Amino acid sequence: MTKRTIIPFGPQHPVLPEPIHLDLVVEDELVVEAIPRIGFIHRGLEKLIEKRDFVDFVYVAERICGICSFIHGMTYCVGVEAVMGIEVPRRAQYLRTIWSELSRIHSHLLWLGLTADAFGFENLFMNSWRIREIVLDIIEETTGGRVIFGSAKIGGVRVDIAPEQIAAIVKKLNKLEKEIKDISNVFLKDPSVKHRLVGVGVLSKDDAYALGAVGPVLRASGVALDTRQLGYAAFDEIKVTPITDPRGDSYARCVVRIQEIFQSIDIIRQAKEKIRVGPIEVKVEGTPNGEYFARTEQPRGEVIYYIKGDGTKFLKRMRVRTPTFANVPALLKVLAGCQLADVPVLVLTIDPCISCTER
Amino acid sequence: MKEQQKIINIQVSQLKEKVKEFKNQGYRLVQISCTRLENFELSYSFDKNYEFVYLRFSVAKAEDPIPSVSGIYWCAFLYENELHDLFGLNIKDIVIDYKGQFYTTAIKNPFGQEFKQEDK
Repeated sequence: MTKRTIIPFGPQHPVLPEPIHLDLVVEDELVVEAIPRIGFIHRGLEKLIEKRDFVDFVYVAERICGICSFIHGMTYCVGVEAVMGIEVPRRAQYLRTIWSELSRIHSHLLWLGLTADAFGFENLFMNSWRIREIVLDIIEETTGGRVIFGSAKIGGVRVDIAPEQIAAIVKKLNKLEKEIKDISNVFLKDPSVKHRLVGVGVLSKDDAYALGAVGPVLRASGVALDTRQLGYAAFDEIKVTPITDPRGDSYARCVVRIQEIFQSIDIIRQAKEKIRVGPIEVKVEGTPNGEYFARTEQPRGEVIYYIKGDGTKFLKRMRVRTPTFANVPALLKVLAGCQLADVPVLVLTIDPCISCTER
Repeated sequence: MKEQQKIINIQVSQLKEKVKEFKNQGYRLVQISCTRLENFELSYSFDKNYEFVYLRFSVAKAEDPIPSVSGIYWCAFLYENELHDLFGLNIKDIVIDYKGQFYTTAIKNPFGQEFKQEDK
């Protein structure tokens, strides 16, 4: 029997912008098992809900993550609104949809850049992030913030986007679409990229589902599950078909995310056509009394916000199940049996967000 | 659009049997969470074709034993270790048991204690 060695991977590692630790049990260059450890920077934000007014907590929810911050804030609002029976105006629902999809576009571009960096394709990394800047500019123009938008609030949104501004966003995205097609051709056709991704870290359809994987990780294993199908925000009027790929490898996860960028651009086009004139918020009266599990689709997959109130301004419980947390078992599955050199790329293919996980 | 969600109230002794039923019916485990009330209220959530169901039971004290469901849904070991480290719950036979080393927290079982009104 080959001698087994345990190699610690992280919490500090060049491919990890945030701390996660894996004990990699290896036989020569083959990883036979991976054991994770998180919790190095756990912030206990869920507990903070017991001391912060439920209306103000949107600001904290947005700060759970620096990438999908808007969707965190929005999902918290969706949960509180469901408990309180608040009907959010249609225009606000469409604006939430537009900002959600802009978040998805910039998050997937961020992932593409990080992945290119992980396999040493620096030019591709810089191009992905250059394009992402344009999306961040759009977000800044519409909300005033690039990372933390501050635009979600219970009962609607804080700011409107003028019709001509929405038209200008779509025009910019049309131009951007061509540039994304250029880089996606490199990601999907370049032999050096395919060499690092094709057939690496295969996750079967059954395993992905049984392990509770979510988002692009699940869909890249052929499972058509996308929480947007639930019809939150304006997704009851906007057509979204889950993008899947049956291959289950790292390449499939890349394909799904690239296609989702184009899908998000299309969603924003649909939103431009369907958005109506009207109020962007309703007045919130009373306090939440009841419970609800709010589910939305973040760039990394399904996020859950459990809200439980007892009729006071302090919630009894707010629990966040982040997509990265749900994807850790799938990561452990694909790491077992991989080559040691593939570990950084495989860790990145679940698009880990430790900031979310350490809420 | 508010999603319809079904709660099934059970006793802790029924947990494994009920979870097995969900597994056999093809549900995926969505999450496990705990709420600190006067007791500890646990929710095990499942989904199949966008149908959201959760099992609900309570234990009076953190020391009361709760059987692990990680033998049925392997991915549950993460949630169960989280419940142990944050709430101090006594979950028995977790397939990968970190024995309190999953989260690094400044105080032991920080979510297990109730905030007093004067803290607010």
